[in-house]
Amino acid sequence: MAEPMKIRATLQGDIADVRILFLHPMETGTRKDSKGDIVPRHFIQNVAVTHNGKTVLDGQWSQAISRNPFLGLRVKGAKAGDKISVTWTDNKGDTRTDEVAVAAAL
Amino acid sequence: MIDPSRRTILKYAGAFGAFTMGLVTGLVKSSNAVAAQWNKVGFESKAMADALKALGAGNPVESKDILITAPDIAENGAVVPVAVVSKLPHTQQISIIAEKNPRPLMATFDVSSGSEGYVSTRIKMGETSNVWAVVKADGNFFAAKKEVKITVGGCG
Amino acid sequence: MPRKQNSITALAVVCLATWGAAPAMAQSGDPLAVGRQMLAEDNPGELWIERGKTLFHQKRGPQDASLEQCDFGLGPGKLEGATTRLPRYFPDTDRVQDLESRLLTCMVQLQGFNRDDIVKRAISPAGSNGSDVEALTLYITSRSNGMKMNVSLSHQKEYDMYKAGEYLFYRRSGQTDFACVQCHGGANKRIRLQDLIHMTDKKGVQEVVSTWPAYRGAHFVVRTMQWRLSDCFWQMRLPELTYASDVSIALTTYLHYQGNGAVIKVPGFKR
Repeated sequence: MAEPMKIRATLQGDIADVRILFLHPMETGTRKDSKGDIVPRHFIQNVAVTHNGKTVLDGQWSQAISRNPFLGLRVKGAKAGDKISVTWTDNKGDTRTDEVAVAAAL
Repeated sequence: MIDPSRRTILKYAGAFGAFTMGLVTGLVKSSNAVAAQWNKVGFESKAMADALKALGAGNPVESKDILITAPDIAENGAVVPVAVVSKLPHTQQISIIAEKNPRPLMATFDVSSGSEGYVSTRIKMGETSNVWAVVKADGNFFAAKKEVKITVGGCG
Repeated sequence: MPRKQNSITALAVVCLATWGAAPAMAQSGDPLAVGRQMLAEDNPGELWIERGKTLFHQKRGPQDASLEQCDFGLGPGKLEGATTRLPRYFPDTDRVQDLESRLLTCMVQLQGFNRDDIVKRAISPAGSNGSDVEALTLYITSRSNGMKMNVSLSHQKEYDMYKAGEYLFYRRSGQTDFACVQCHGGANKRIRLQDLIHMTDKKGVQEVVSTWPAYRGAHFVVRTMQWRLSDCFWQMRLPELTYASDVSIALTTYLHYQGNGAVIKVPGFKR
């Protein structure tokens, strides 16, 4: 089941420092479970980040990105309140989108 | 919902050409959605040279304008943090390669429209190896490397 | 064949100048520090807080009740600051209880869960989604984030528990003849790459009591103090430490009191 992400987007000048935590097993397909059976490959293949609806980052991942992954990026030309949306899609076709507003610098 | 990908696919088709984007996999369930691109040839390459070829990177120029932040020694090979800063103007794409991994290509990020030349993520490493950042800027490819020592392998 | 790259002044450099990250040069001092810092800054454990909050308010178990009426020492449902006072004596059970033991009491009494069933699943398998107990323990503790550990020993049983914990900390036991103090009683000790926190030092023990529950990187789940103690017992080749037992509560009472003043900051991040 697609678990919610945790997204932090903080303004630094006019750059949004965006940090995303994902919950996903990122199984490589080479690991064996306690019974000795191979756990099938199950991993996020694509991550897209939009800023006010416009794609600003498009990522392709291998199964060797860590379990419960993390992604950090920096979005140009941002203002407080702008919408940052993140969508991931995995090799089983599961997908999840979460969104936050850019927070003003503390 | 997956509209942004559509624009992305059209952009890829124009910029990179068919040979860099191998077979399309990872079809999204939603009936309205367009299949997202995934560089199958690149991600299944077993040697760094093949991964570079699949990226269209050829022989990247070593550049001091690419900075890699990663631990000298990683406590846990399953979770190795890697951050890449590219100071190269018109940075379009950042890829991360773990040279000695069974399949070296870890990720490719298109940052060409609206993001800085910066990504940070965490990778699995099976053994001590160079971690490479391969950057496409202004149509050309550049690279930098950093050795990360692994104490416990992260693939099992 | 690599060519020398000419230096190029660009707008990009100006934009990136504000980012103060260290370039890829040899790291002086602790070669593990950079990695640890990068991981701790963005801690997957934080995702468990929301899960714990949902579970706390959700009607669950045979009695279809939430945990909102659970008393962690400050009154039913009062969470803010509750874990800074735990372990403590509870009149209704006539026992000194730590957070997890008290959570167990409430899950049984309010929600009707079977105690053995909870204990069996409390410590989740590595790589799993984690247990409800782990998520709840983290959520409840996080409600004291920023507050100082403030355990009191004013009740006789609290004091007795503390003394029992102190005794256990120093007692050499089992086939290895280990006591906690041998690994944790001095500065700059480590096993392979793992630092052994100096727990007879105020700063060391404060670090311990303020960072559990923690995301255990190698297990990919949140782990609790009960787990940490049972894992230590395993490493010392002692008999299995029973979940929420008096022995575990005694050690926790001792450590928390020693760590009074520590500012709670969970989830911690452990390797």
